[in-house]
Amino acid sequence: MLASDDKNSLKRTPLHDLHVSLGGKMVPFAGYDMPVQYPAGVLKEHLHTRASAGLFDVSHMGQIALRPKSGKVEDAARALERLVPQDIVAIAPGRQRYAQFTNPDGGILDDLMVANFGDHLFLVVNAACKDADEAHLRANLADVCVIEQLSDRALIALQGPKAEAALAKLCAEAPAMKFMDAGPHRVAGLACFVSRSGYTGEDGFEISVPASDAEALARKLLENPDVMPIGLGARDSLRLEAGLCLYGHDIDTATTPVEAALEWSVQKSRRTGGTRAGGFPGAEKILAHFDNGASRRRVGLLAQGRAPVREGALLFAGEAGGDPIGQVTSGGFGPSLGAPVAMGYVPASSSALDTKLFAEVRGQRLPLTVAAMPFVKNTYKR
Amino acid sequence: MTTTLYTSDHEWLAIDGDVATVGITDYAQQQLGDVVFVELPKVGRTLKKAEAAAVVESVKAASDVYAPISGEVLETNAEVAGEPALVNSDAQGKAWFFKIRIADKNELGGLMDEAAYKAHTA
Repeated sequence: MLASDDKNSLKRTPLHDLHVSLGGKMVPFAGYDMPVQYPAGVLKEHLHTRASAGLFDVSHMGQIALRPKSGKVEDAARALERLVPQDIVAIAPGRQRYAQFTNPDGGILDDLMVANFGDHLFLVVNAACKDADEAHLRANLADVCVIEQLSDRALIALQGPKAEAALAKLCAEAPAMKFMDAGPHRVAGLACFVSRSGYTGEDGFEISVPASDAEALARKLLENPDVMPIGLGARDSLRLEAGLCLYGHDIDTATTPVEAALEWSVQKSRRTGGTRAGGFPGAEKILAHFDNGASRRRVGLLAQGRAPVREGALLFAGEAGGDPIGQVTSGGFGPSLGAPVAMGYVPASSSALDTKLFAEVRGQRLPLTVAAMPFVKNTYKR
Repeated sequence: MTTTLYTSDHEWLAIDGDVATVGITDYAQQQLGDVVFVELPKVGRTLKKAEAAAVVESVKAASDVYAPISGEVLETNAEVAGEPALVNSDAQGKAWFFKIRIADKNELGGLMDEAAYKAHTA
């Protein structure tokens, strides 16, 4: 933990009082005092989200507006393409896309969501990276954009099969939204930004709401008996089952988007031969990985036994001897699968589905199989 | 007749003659949350006091269970290994972990009785 995670110096989200009143077990996370779980516990919270609807406070994440000085959103989009390997120009108004800020070595500085709100771009970035991201944007895009971190807004995720019905009671437009639609909407009469997306593999929404109204909105959503508050513990097990990367663990400054198996997130227009190929930090290395393959790859791993294989466990090709060939970057127990799940990096030659590997756990080598992700089928409303 | 003693690491020991049955306390299971995996020591292994003897894992994290005293492992609880959630439902009963032959009764002197343990977790 960071030194700044000392309880007294921890920041609080606008929903902090709500978490405490709901019995949340508060822990330091990315400089914030956050609920890791509520009295129901991680297992029930996880399963409830997959069966019904879960409400998550993700207000610690950064929300950034990129406003084009010209008034033309295409100018902001074109400028942002200097920093990410994604096609931002092609994001239609009312849509959003997953992206990564890359560094000159082709590594990932942060991963983020980029939405086109018609007259400006709206970014959601990781809590631990948000100040660095803002500085990075200012240093590189200030000629074209006014950059504003929207620190006066909270962010609430509502996830699960009953999220649509729960939100529809407060926002009539919600059911018509499709996966990755995003834009300003009134929710319970409040000026919100709503996207149909999330970090659980379930259908659901993320709702950006003015900080002063956040608790009232969260309480209104929680009045619905289908909606349960969910802590960071279940957020992590849900995203792990969904095969989604956690920044700083599964992706970081030393992993390229290709190594991280995120090729799907880099559109053809930015790859070799595309209309706007390259032109982002680390393009040479990242495009070489596209063209020639990377020597290692992030893969899903299923254990054959019941023992969870956790972050940091070394991976081996054989049951005894030999040097490690890779490492687990996220791992734990998948409550919906009822079995251990993990992801990690292995040599490309060992990344094919059904490849048998071994993870060292407490001095023993446990058998694993390279498996397709997501581990649990996603239910996005496309 | 059995006496139950406790460690500051939240293990309980039910002492019956020269055999102790060991598990983790109800307080410990509450702190851990939903238990999804239990790894027990091999029968016949000789444990030294304070050495890692078993592992209990929740969805979130793995925790070691330390040998509260020294001695040989006589028996382990296959039921709790097969159904780890027993630790949450009956930590100080059905969810015992292992039985150990007490090598040195003097080691029991450093353990807490129920009143002292209650004060410790208050």
